[in-house]
Order: sequence, then C-alpha cells, then structure tokens
Amino acid sequence: MQPDWIMGLLGGLIIGLAGAVYLLGNGRIMGASGIIGGAVDGSDRTAERLTFLAGLFGAPALLALVVGAPDTRVTSDIAVLVAAGLLVGIGTRIANGCTSGHGVCGISRLSLRGIVATVFYILAGGLTVTVFRHVLGVI
Amino acid sequence: MRSLVSLLAGSLFGIGLLLSGMTDTVKVQGWLDVFGDWDPTLAFVMGGAIIPMAIAWQVARVLRRPLAGDRFPPAPGAEVDRMIVIGSVLFGMGWGLAGLCPGPAVASLSYGGTGGLIFALAMVAGMWLAPRLRARLDRAVPAE
Repeated sequence: MQPDWIMGLLGGLIIGLAGAVYLLGNGRIMGASGIIGGAVDGSDRTAERLTFLAGLFGAPALLALVVGAPDTRVTSDIAVLVAAGLLVGIGTRIANGCTSGHGVCGISRLSLRGIVATVFYILAGGLTVTVFRHVLGVI
Repeated sequence: MRSLVSLLAGSLFGIGLLLSGMTDTVKVQGWLDVFGDWDPTLAFVMGGAIIPMAIAWQVARVLRRPLAGDRFPPAPGAEVDRMIVIGSVLFGMGWGLAGLCPGPAVASLSYGGTGGLIFALAMVAGMWLAPRLRARLDRAVPAE
C-alpha cells in the first residue's frame, strides 16, 4: 500500500469526483446526511437517494472483496456507539449537513454556512477527543 | 438516467472513502487528536475532494442546467443561523466519540462489523428524531 497521505489524496480526489458527477449530472449537492435523512423521512426524490445509497454501500463492499476489507477499528463500547450515532444523526440534520455536504461541497463554493459548520464540527470533535481520550481516558 | 447518475456518484463516493482510509475510525480520531498522536491524512482527503468539486462549481456556472436535471442548487445563503452552530457542535461531538460520520458509516457497513451497524442504526434513529427535537427547540428557545 502507498503511504497514507497519498491514499488520502487519491481517495479524496475520487470523493470530489463523486460530488462533481452528482452536481453536474443531477444538479444536487452530495451530502451524505441529507441523502440518508431524506430516505429516512421518505420525502421526494426517493429513487435518487436509494440508488446513491446502494452505490455507497455496494461499491466498497465489492472493492473490499477484491482488495480486502480495511480495518475500521470501531469501538466495541455500545454506550459510546449509541451516543455517538444519536449525536451524529441529530446534529447533522439540525445543521443540515455533515462532512460531505458542508465540508466538501460547501467549502469548494466558498459557502459561509459550510465553512462555519466545518469549523464548529472540527472544534467540537477535537475537544471531544481531547476530553474523552486524554482527560477521562474512555475512548 | 438520474438514478444511474446517483448510483455512479454513490459508488465513487464509497470507493473514495474506502481508499482514503476514512472508514478507519482510528485515523479520523487521530486527525482530531491534536494533543495526541496527530494524523494529518484527513486534511489530504478534504483537500483532494475540494479540488474536483471546486472545478465542478465553475463548470456549473457555464452549463445552463445539469445533464439529467432541471436546475443547479441556488447560491448558498449568507445567513449563518444558530441551527448551523448547534447542529455542527452536536455532530462534531459524535464524530469525535466514534470516529464515524454519515458517509463512511454507510460505506463501511459491509465490513464494519456489529459496532459499525450499531452506530448506523443509532444515527438513523437520530435523523428520525431530529425534526421532532428541532420543533421543540424552536418552542423552548425562540430565535429572537
């Protein structure tokens, strides 16, 4: 495998290409939380959302069969997983976006809302890791 | 046609997430861990993703309409409301706790084990709850 930063850059370029395809093809902003949340609500454009999610789930599943599944090293602490999942689900819907919609798609068009969102979720994430890892020692 | 575009975009997104290392929760938490063993990978992923996306926004200004759609998204609003800040802080806390955000959570479902599945189910429950909580927040603390 290549060094981490090269794989990060390559993977990032492919993620950006995905967003470009979604924008120029369907005229939509590629935001994972909006696409999943819309599917949960059952609002309009259901076919578009479900096919996107099919690709998002299926393509890495196939790639993992070919090149081997990467280690996700997800915590086994169920309380942490449930709390984190609820926070991510509630937070991204209240903020109307996550790393892909506000981060990648928002910053690339210099959207003030996207930039502010990104600053706050990175600050909150950094503070959370610092407190829960170095102060409390639970993650 | 729109569904084909979605399938292609979703597939590329998932492949990019897997290859970039962003489905590895330790790498994501490592990027947020500025006082520990800091891992810069996520910055390369973000930077890499913004390049094609920035070009796409410029192309969208030249094209009159999307290839399989009616119109492009409207210009972003200039207003930063409190929901952006409150929501992003909550999201960031969850992101830091588990090292997963919505895209990677779905992309890694097939190989993320039980833990990844529990996170994804809780996330979906949170997304279902959010509109209800948001209505309550609006009533409890009116914006103005």
